[in-house]
Amino acid sequence: MNIDSIENGIVIDHIQSKKGMEIYKALELDKLDCSVAIITNARSNKMGRKDIIKINRSIDLNLDILGYIDPNITINIIKDDKIIEKYHVELPKEIVNIIKCKNPRCITSTEQELDNIFVLTDKDKKIYRCKYCDTVNDDN
Amino acid sequence: MKNLIDIKDLSVEEIDELIAKAKDIMSHPENYWDKCKHKKLATLFFEPSTRTRLSFESAMMELGGNVIGFSSGSSSSTSKGESVSDTIRVVGCYSDIIAMRHPKEGAPLVASLKSTVPIINAGDGGHNHPTQTLTDLLTISCEKNRLDNLTIGLCGDLKFGRTIHSLITAMSRYKNVKFVLISLKELGIPEYIKEEVLEKNNIEYIETDDIEEYMDKLDILYMTRVQKERFFNEEEYLRLKDHYILTKNKLEKAKKDLCIMHPLPRVNEISTEVDDDPRACYFKQAMYGKYIRMALILKLLEIK
Repeated sequence: MNIDSIENGIVIDHIQSKKGMEIYKALELDKLDCSVAIITNARSNKMGRKDIIKINRSIDLNLDILGYIDPNITINIIKDDKIIEKYHVELPKEIVNIIKCKNPRCITSTEQELDNIFVLTDKDKKIYRCKYCDTVNDDN
Repeated sequence: MKNLIDIKDLSVEEIDELIAKAKDIMSHPENYWDKCKHKKLATLFFEPSTRTRLSFESAMMELGGNVIGFSSGSSSSTSKGESVSDTIRVVGCYSDIIAMRHPKEGAPLVASLKSTVPIINAGDGGHNHPTQTLTDLLTISCEKNRLDNLTIGLCGDLKFGRTIHSLITAMSRYKNVKFVLISLKELGIPEYIKEEVLEKNNIEYIETDDIEEYMDKLDILYMTRVQKERFFNEEEYLRLKDHYILTKNKLEKAKKDLCIMHPLPRVNEISTEVDDDPRACYFKQAMYGKYIRMALILKLLEIK
């Protein structure tokens, strides 16, 4: 299957298979007016299968979202058909308004204007706790 | 400006300093009678708690200060829909320090982020209650003359009991402290306390459902109430609430210098026949609570 290479833009590579769509939604890429390609289950020597997202334009990426969903992805910045920059993300120490606290006793459940802030408390186990009530986010 | 939201906000040195100050206040109360003259403590109790509120108010009064506030959410502007942040900004105009209890977990942290005066968390839901922990530490320090080399039995609701979680966290910073965790499976200590506090700090602990099994080993026995307000299911509460009742008989094998503690209020978990036992420290514990709060108010107001 062929997807055209992009001249200028961003390739988010080495996404864990099946997580491409989640990243697409979390980054709100559907709101862009440029072409965006999601490739799922692509063959990968390193990973077996992987997802890839190609964005045909330069945009500011929310690295916290990317790092939270999949800290192993690679970001390639493409300019004039060439990769001019390649970098990795990591688990963010703090994430703001990416996930919501599910504890019905948490202050964020009643005061809706508060930011939902989660803090990384265990890097190895990828445990994030609500900054206000310490509840663990168990989405992962 | 400093606040006290979580017991972890305080270093061991700061806790030791507060305990030393509280002991000095107990020995020389007259030296502190005017320390907070013309200062006002606001007690904002969005959830009723008579003893904690009275303890704070009494502490401020003994320091020569004044007290304003409310004792339930329904008598505050929260009932009109005001946010915690707005309430705190307004009350900060009328007071020098705020002690706040709120049913929502994290509310005091939210308050501290917007407040112009120090905030003391006087309990937020089932989350934190750092001044209870300070009270417990002062009690142990006064009654056992040390905070290290202790075997501490914790009995009752270890799942929802915030005082238990905070006490374990605080005591795990002292040397050679061991825990005996006495509870039914349904009210056992949460895994994260085991993993992130006990195991992480190599603290020895034993789990049992038998209150008498390790009674002879204990230096401290900390009883807790099964709290109705923490249950969504009343049947479950009724099934669990009276499982552990401490009686004279159960204390037969206990050490002569055991210290029996309870954060109070008690319902049935300690029989009243135990009250006259010299090892019963829970009413003294309530008294220590006032002195440690006096020390804390002075520290946060930066008054020597």
